[in-house]
Formats: sequence, structure tokens, C-alpha cells
Amino acid sequence: MAALDVRDLRKAYGDQEVVAGLSFAVDSGTCFGLLGPNGAGKTTTLRLCLGLTAPVSGNIALNGHPIPAEAQQARARVGVVPQFDNLDPDFSCAENLLVFGRYFGMTDADIRSRIPQLLDFAGLGSKGDARIATLSGGMKRRLTLARALVNDPDIVFLDEPTTGLDPQARHLIWDRLKQLKSAGKTLILTTHFMDEAERLCDSLIVIDHGRKITEGSPRALIAEHIEPQVVEVFDEARGQLPLFVERHRLLCERVETSGETAFFYCRDPRPLLAALAEADGLRYVHRASNLEDVFIKLTGRELRD
Amino acid sequence: MHATLPAHRPSLTGFLPVWQRNFLVWRKLALPSILGNLADPLIYMLGLGYGLGAMLPTIEGQPYVAFLAAGTVCASTMNAATFEALYSAFSRMHVQKTWDAILNTPLGLADVVAGELFWAATKSLFSGAAILVVITAMGLTNGPLMLWALPAIVLTGLAFAALGLIWNALAPSYDFFMYYFTLFITPMTLISGVFFPTDQLPAWLATIGGWLPLAQGVALVRPLLAGQVPADALIHVMALVATAAVAFAIALHLTRRRLLK
Repeated sequence: MAALDVRDLRKAYGDQEVVAGLSFAVDSGTCFGLLGPNGAGKTTTLRLCLGLTAPVSGNIALNGHPIPAEAQQARARVGVVPQFDNLDPDFSCAENLLVFGRYFGMTDADIRSRIPQLLDFAGLGSKGDARIATLSGGMKRRLTLARALVNDPDIVFLDEPTTGLDPQARHLIWDRLKQLKSAGKTLILTTHFMDEAERLCDSLIVIDHGRKITEGSPRALIAEHIEPQVVEVFDEARGQLPLFVERHRLLCERVETSGETAFFYCRDPRPLLAALAEADGLRYVHRASNLEDVFIKLTGRELRD
Repeated sequence: MHATLPAHRPSLTGFLPVWQRNFLVWRKLALPSILGNLADPLIYMLGLGYGLGAMLPTIEGQPYVAFLAAGTVCASTMNAATFEALYSAFSRMHVQKTWDAILNTPLGLADVVAGELFWAATKSLFSGAAILVVITAMGLTNGPLMLWALPAIVLTGLAFAALGLIWNALAPSYDFFMYYFTLFITPMTLISGVFFPTDQLPAWLATIGGWLPLAQGVALVRPLLAGQVPADALIHVMALVATAAVAFAIALHLTRRRLLK
């Protein structure tokens, strides 16, 4: 049984269709990524899947329950890490977990027996009595993750779990999410950090304007959509770049220019690298292509607000 | 296109963990909270009651300070419920996003709003009961019938909590609550028989006042504190219950439109 199954989902606000016929399925025990630029409909899709807003049409089954009809039963086996922390500022870390567990109908004894392991998991073992205001951004995020696990859910929704965190805090969250997956949980996350999706997700979809534009595993998507090698060439403020691009664009399969940088997408970068060794006033980086290249190719370079 | 969520599964105890959450916060600040709720109305009551009362004849057969004491119990009950349902509920709903967090659990919006309703009524009971204790100690009540004022306080609190939650559902910011006080609460306090008998008012104004929920509370509490069974008690009780029930339904509908769109 799929942990989450979404068919032909539509949602509109006024005349604007924010989810426009979305279908996807998430296998149990996998990590699934919902990717897209700002305003693509990611958070609305999550809210629809949790039964927090009604679709115009379409079918959703979460853990076997039709949504929104049986959303409350489904949510009993689900944990949610929202995009913005909404921990209770009046409570300590342990009290936050206790109060949240009660919303699931758990007894105080049940919750209290889980609190030490939840705090340990979040790396907050010594912070049980600490007030929320004294925690760093990373600690708050980890506590929010621990809170989402208080009911020992089968499925965990994470809406941009590492936005705003420093690299250390981000790596720690990634590590914990991998542990959860090893423990058999299904993870469903939205992110616009492509390295995050590449590390964590078994499969993902990219959506834009409420529509799915591609789906697959990160590796398969890179292989399908993009040349394996990328050379990024930067103009060192001498205006050499346009001419260089003009002369050498045929050395590569595809070239994109964005401001002072040209992106050469190649199968074989050697001729281009040789040309660059001769060139004056240009700096370059040669790297393997990644999910971000796929994302930019599919959703464009222009800014989304 | 318009789409609505199905009404969520009714649960009689779903409000309880929400109520418990608020109670736990209050417990941390209980003493200053009670003193704060007590000090202001008592200062008014004693100042006006003895200062102004010294110049007044007895009102409806009792000294002015005893007359005012009953009004103060009701006005404090109303204020406590109103503040909780406006400022405190708004903080949890809009600023801290506590309600959003709860809605990610099996609880539904009806549980959240009902939890807030009962919590605001509980706060109003604390407030009204604290004043009741003080005025009883001062000898301003008469006989054990005054204990029936406690359920009357709860009903008054429920009615004002539910009315406040309507305004909360519509509020864009804290500033919006000022209108509720200047347009509704303050004028109502002056025409509901809290400070003086309503027969001092023009007849039409007294009639309007008599229909308002604060007057229903006063009509129950004042005779009870004086040791009398209120006239038309059932009508006043039903009026408060109906106000609470209808206002709660409206508040829930408006909050659903605000949060679950």
C-alpha cells in the first residue's frame, strides 16, 4: 500500500488554480521530495494531503484513509514539521512534548516515558527544562522534529525542514532524517535545497504552477535531463565572456548565460577546458552536474517571488 | 470554485487537551494573574462604593456598595472572558500559530475553538469567584444562596467568551479589539445595571440594555448575592445559554473560513 496516493488533485483560490491536476504516489518507508520554486504549490499540496483545506477535485489517500473525509484518523499516525516553528514559547522543551502528545490522546505516563528518547534523538538530552526562548534556531528545529515524532508516526511531513539553518545544524537534521528512514518511516518533504533532495530523497517530483513537470529518482532525473558535466565560466570584469561564449558554444551541448556567468553543459568537457586554459580574464569551475541544474533547466532562471 | 471541508468528527473530550494547554500556561503565572484580575475591579468598587455610596440613599433596599459589588462581579467576569477570547486567543491563533500546530494533530478546529471557549469561561470564573470571596469576607453578601452565583458567572463567562471569539475570528490585528470595547463592552457596561439601576435611563435605552447578555448576568447575580431567588431566572439562564451557543457556532464558522481555506 502506498503511504500517500494523490490523483488529479486540484485547488483554486478565486480564479487562480494553485494545484492544477497533480498526481503522485509515495511508497511506504521511502523518502519523497516535493520540489518547486516559491509559489509552485508545495505547501498547499501538503495542506491538502493533511486535510487542512478542501480540494476542488481529486482523490487523496493518506495511510489508506481518504482525505479529507478521514483526515483526523489519518493524522493520528502522521507527524508534521511545519515550515515555520510554532513551538509553545511559554513551555520548556519537555513540556512542549507533553502538551503536544495530549493532542493525540496519549496518556501523560505514555508521553513522559517517550520524552527522554525524543530529546536524545533531537540532541537536546540536557535541555528538557530549557525554555524555548533560550534555544538556537537549529535546536528549535530539532525540537519541532522531536515533537512531530511524539505519537510515533508512520509518516512524517516536513515542510522545508532546514531553511534558515547553518551547515552544522542542517547536517544534523539530515542525519536524523536518514535514521528515521532506516527505522521504516515514510518521509515526505518539501525543499528548495537541491543538495538536500539529492542526499535524502529516493524519489521526487518537481512542480511548477501547480503542475508536475517531472518525476523520478535524483540520479535518474540528472541522467535524463542534463549533460553529465558542467563548466561554469565567470567573467573577471573585462567583458571577455560574451565573445568567448560566441566562439566556443559549439564545444558543448548547451550553454546558458546568467549575468556574469556562463554555464556550459557537456558530455566531454576536454576541448572546452583546453580553450579555457588559453583564455585571458576568465575564471572557471568544472564539476559534475547535479539536481540543481535539472531544476533550473526545468523551471527557468528568472526570480520567483 | 468553492470547496469546503467536511464537518469534523464530533468529540466530547477533544477540547480538553487544548484547555489543559492553556491551564498549564496560566498555572505558571497564577498568582500575578489573580492579583491583577482582582485589584482593578476592587479598587473601583471600593472607591465608588464607599466614596459615592456615602452620598447616596440605599438602592433597591441595599447599601450602594453592596449593589455595586454584584455589578462588579458580573463586569469582571465579562472582562476576563473577553480579554482571554480576544487578546490571548489571538496571540495563540495568529502570532504564535499554536492553533496551526494543534490542527496538524487528530484534533479539529471545533476542538480548538471549544477549548478556547471553555478556557476563557474558566478564566472568568476565577475572576468572578475571587471577587465573590472578597466581597463575602467584607460582609456584602447575604446567605448561602450566593453560591448559586458561581454557575451564573460561568454562563456569563461562556456567553462573552463566545462573543469575543467571533471578533477574534475577524481581527486583522490587536488594534481591532479596541473597537469591540468602545463600541460594545463599555456602552453595555453603562446600560446593564452594573453601576446604577437601569430605571435611571430613558425607557428605550433601558429596554435595549435589558436584552444584552451583561444585564442577564446581573439579573441573576445581584438577587443571589442579596439572598433572594432571581425573578425570571430561567429566562435569563436560557438567554445566556442561547447567546453562548449561537455565538460559538458563528465564531467556529468564521474561524474555519479564516484558517482552513
